[in-house]
Order: sequence, then C-alpha cells, then structure tokens
Amino acid sequence: MAENDRFEDPIRELELKITELTAYPSSPDREKQLERLQKKLSHLRREIFSRLSPWQKVLVARHPKRPYSLDFFRLLFEDFLQIHGDRKFADDSALVGGFARFHGRPVAVLGHQKGRDFKDKIARNFGMARPEGYRKALRILKLAEKFSRPVFTFIDTPGAYPGRGAEERGQAEAIACNLREMARVRVPILVTVTGEGGSGGALAIGIGDQVNILENAVYSVISPEGCAAILWKDPTKAAEAAKSMRITAQDLKGFGIVDEVIPEPEGGAHTSHEETAEILDRYLTRQLEALDGIEPEKLLEDRYRKFRRMGMFGQTRYF
Amino acid sequence: MDIAWFRKKKTPRTPVEGKLSKVPEGLWVKCNGCKQIIYQQEVVRNSNVCPKCNYHFRLTAKERLTSLLDNGIYQELDSEIYSIDPLKFRDHKNYKDRLRDYKERTGLNEAIITARGTMGGFPIILCVMEYRFMGGSMGSAVGEKVTLAIERCLDESVPLLIVSCSGGARMQEGTLSLMQMAKISAALGRLHEKGIPFLSILTDPTTGGVTASFAMLGDLNIAEPRALIGFAGPRVIQQTIRETLPEGFQRSEFLMEKGMLDLIVERSEMKDTLIRCLRFMVNENLPRRSTEPGRLQP
Repeated sequence: MAENDRFEDPIRELELKITELTAYPSSPDREKQLERLQKKLSHLRREIFSRLSPWQKVLVARHPKRPYSLDFFRLLFEDFLQIHGDRKFADDSALVGGFARFHGRPVAVLGHQKGRDFKDKIARNFGMARPEGYRKALRILKLAEKFSRPVFTFIDTPGAYPGRGAEERGQAEAIACNLREMARVRVPILVTVTGEGGSGGALAIGIGDQVNILENAVYSVISPEGCAAILWKDPTKAAEAAKSMRITAQDLKGFGIVDEVIPEPEGGAHTSHEETAEILDRYLTRQLEALDGIEPEKLLEDRYRKFRRMGMFGQTRYF
Repeated sequence: MDIAWFRKKKTPRTPVEGKLSKVPEGLWVKCNGCKQIIYQQEVVRNSNVCPKCNYHFRLTAKERLTSLLDNGIYQELDSEIYSIDPLKFRDHKNYKDRLRDYKERTGLNEAIITARGTMGGFPIILCVMEYRFMGGSMGSAVGEKVTLAIERCLDESVPLLIVSCSGGARMQEGTLSLMQMAKISAALGRLHEKGIPFLSILTDPTTGGVTASFAMLGDLNIAEPRALIGFAGPRVIQQTIRETLPEGFQRSEFLMEKGMLDLIVERSEMKDTLIRCLRFMVNENLPRRSTEPGRLQP
C-alpha cells in the first residue's frame, strides 16, 4: 500500500523543479523551459488524477491542504459572520456556521471544520463534531427558516465524535433530530460534500434540495478503516474496503445519492482553493436560481421524494 | 526451567458472545446476567427474563410481536421486500451468500418484520427488528419497510411502534444504508406534524445509525432494562479516548440518568405501559379502525 499512497510524488518532484527554475534569472531559454515543464505538469496531473483508485481518492479527500469550510466561506461568500453555541451546553468549533452574503444576497452557511495546523486540529477535534455542533447547526437552519434565507452546507468530517461526553450528551439524538428537522426546513438547502463524508456525522448536515459532491470527495456509511476492522478484522485492508463500499463521487452519482459531481481543478482541489471555489460558485449560483422560484410546500415535497427514492431492494415474492 | 514439557497445554475457553445471548434448544440455559444455570421452561414462562437476576434474553421479532399484540395476532406487511446486492459487495464472503445464509437460518426475508395488529384495542402498526438477521443491520430493504410502515400510519392515522434491536446501518450496502436514516427520519417528520403517536422501544443492543435516526425520535423513547444503547460502540469509544469506561456506561439506566430515555420498562410490564401511553396519545377524534381486541381488518 506504501506505493499506493505516494501517487502524488511525481507531481511534487516536477513542481519542485519548476520552483527551482524560477529562482534563476529570467531569460528566453528559462521561459521556454518553464513553459515546457508547466505543460508536462498539467499533463501529469491530469494523467494521475484521472486514474485514482477509491483509496487514493480517500487520501485526496483527506489531503491536509484541501480547502475546508472556512476557506469556502471566505472564497464563495462575502461578509461572513460566525455565530456560536448551541444555547444548551457549549460551542463546538468542529462545526462552524453563520450568516454571509452570496452574490450580495443574505444566506446562511454551515460546515465541518478541520484544523490546519496541529494546534488548530486539536482545537477543532479533527472535524469530528459533538452533539453541540449538530445542535448549533440546527439553530442556524431554524434561523435561516425564520428569516427566509437559503442555506449552504459543506460536509467534510471523518464522522461524529465517538467520545464519552458526546455519548452522554446524546450524540445519536442530536443527529437524529437534525435528520428529521432538515427535511422540513422551509427554505432551500444546498449541500456540498467537499472532502470526507463520514457517516451519520456527515449526513446530519446533509439533507437538502440539492446534494453536490466534489470530484475527489467520498461519502460513506463507515470509514474504510472501520469497515476493514469489522469485516476483514484487519484495519490495514482499508483500501479494499474503500473499493468494496463504492464511496467515490462517481459511484454515488450512479446510485442516485448525489445530484451533481463538481469537477476539481487539475491535480485536485488542494492545488488551488480559488479555482475550486470558482467552479463551485458557478454550480451553486445556477442551482440556487433553479430553487428560488419554488414554493415552500413544493420544495419540501420534492425534498421528501428525493430521499424517499433512495435505496435499492427487491420486491417480488421470494419464497 | 520448565521440565514438565510434556504436560498438556491449557487453553482457556473463550465465550462466544452472540451464541450466549439466545435461548438454546436444550433443557437448561445459562443466564448472561448472573451466569447461573436455569431451567429453560422457567425462563420462557417468565417472558424470556431470567427469574434470578432479571436479565432480559433477546427475543426474536416474532416472539416480540406475539408478546405485544392482542391475542398474539398480527398481519405481516410488505414481506415481499428483500435485500439485493447493489454494490456487489465482497469481504471474506459475498454479501449475496451471506444474505442467503441468514435467510435460511432465520426463515425471514429481512432484518425486520413490519405488521399490523391491535394493542389493548388500539389499532397499531409495528416494526420489529430481528437481531439474528445480520445483527439487525439496516440496509435499503429495512429502510423501505420502515418507511412504508410510517406512510401507512400517515394514511390511516394509526400509531407507530418500532422495536429497535440493531448494530446500525449495514456496511455491505454502503452509502445507500446511510441514506435510509435520512429517508426514515423525513417520514417520521411527517408523522410528527400530523400528530400521530410514535413509540420507540430500544432493546439490547441499539447502536449506530439506528440510534442516530428513528430509535431516538420517538414521542417516547422506552428501553428494556440494561440494554446497550449508544451511537458509537463501547469498543470504538475506548479506542478513541483510551481509558476504561465506567460500569454501566451506555446501558439503559445510564441513558435515563442522562435524560435520553423517558422510561425503562420490564418486559412483563411493557404491553400495559404502552397501552397506558396510547390512552394518553390517541386522539378520540381520529378515526379508529377497530376497537375489538384481536380483530383485524384485511
């Protein structure tokens, strides 16, 4: 599996070469060579990223430089105002949200937030929310409903935090409530899975009228490691589990779980946050426009039908 | 120095957890709670509860239905729905083969039975999970059957009762299983809006995606004594926080103390308690389909 993890190495080497070259004084020869290398880099990125295995996609989805929710809030929206707390117990910084403007228009935003550096990662609990996070999310959704503002959610979490305190304060109840309530919030909800869609902790902000997923993001019922530990009795079989569970964006589109797969820049979202946001912006703008004219009653009916259809089973007399 | 190298090596016997929890065919049965050997008939007569220590043996879905409904009569719903293998999932074994094995072993199509009956004269629709079928795990078929049951409740204004007994969402159907949580919860939202009662009974064990969706959404969440109830399993939590968990963590009594449950009810009292709840909840102005106990309409 070691080589499997290092698929980005050739890209990195080439990038290094380019950086070294730019250190030299400018000359027509250097420019020519730079151009050649840039072309090669672009080709290499396309080549490698078009053939990623499911496990490699998991690694890309977890890339430490991948854009996180706060990056998207900054790049896609203006005037983000973060609001805090569940009014019951605490504020959970693994799930962030608040008010913002989308092309000038007031909206609500929320999403999981992983940390960037070590200290931040600890503070944000690696993007694993506790019940307080989900209850805060519900508060934001209800506020959006009260003031008739559309909601954008961004999913990127390994899963809901499996800790003692989280259990004691009703992790399951918090998630369950969100599932039920999100299905009935009378304003448009646009969901985007941007990185890891980790099980119930992801779904808890994942009910909406439009569900998007970035090209290299994944969405699964359990982490590949968790699945491997249970079914293979061996956590190192995660790559196999990732393949078996069909967790890639393309697979999920095929099963009708997501509506649209949103392309990432060449070489993955982590190569350019700005470009990722630009692409996503085009999709979200169009999608919001389409949802805008719909009456709340119809919106809720459509949302219900959308999730009602999910699942694949047999229905003939079997015995 | 060990000179007795020809001595027979002792290997400690490890108990198999799943095997202990059901009442075996024999005359005698060992209780999981107090580890005493008890005459099986005595346990059965006591609604599968240990007469010595009050340990609640796991019931099959059919036993549960019989124990809850008037005269033990019920009419099964949507039994033609069964699981398929949309992912072509394979670990050590094909999911398809696993399904076939469980079908043979349990005689059931799925890890749940949905049925219609009456309870204390109240018409009611029940969903009862079957732990013997792949640990009561929830895949597309379970999700569909529960949703259909809820939609029937909506159509007929009949109360809903779900008896959970499940390890959570079924991994072998991947994200499709996860989406069943959304589907069922959305349907429960409609039930809630229409003012139709939903009683959730949590039995040992209720964990994962089942707890994080319908099991915790009852108007009342009622548990059997000492049932394991939680989101993450105790082993996962122990690995995460790297400390031993307190005695009784994630058991019914603990959850009630934390405010997550309305009631803990002994099995022998369950039916009566539920009827008392229904008397409070069922609106007399809503049309009743049948008031005669045990009489079912087709």
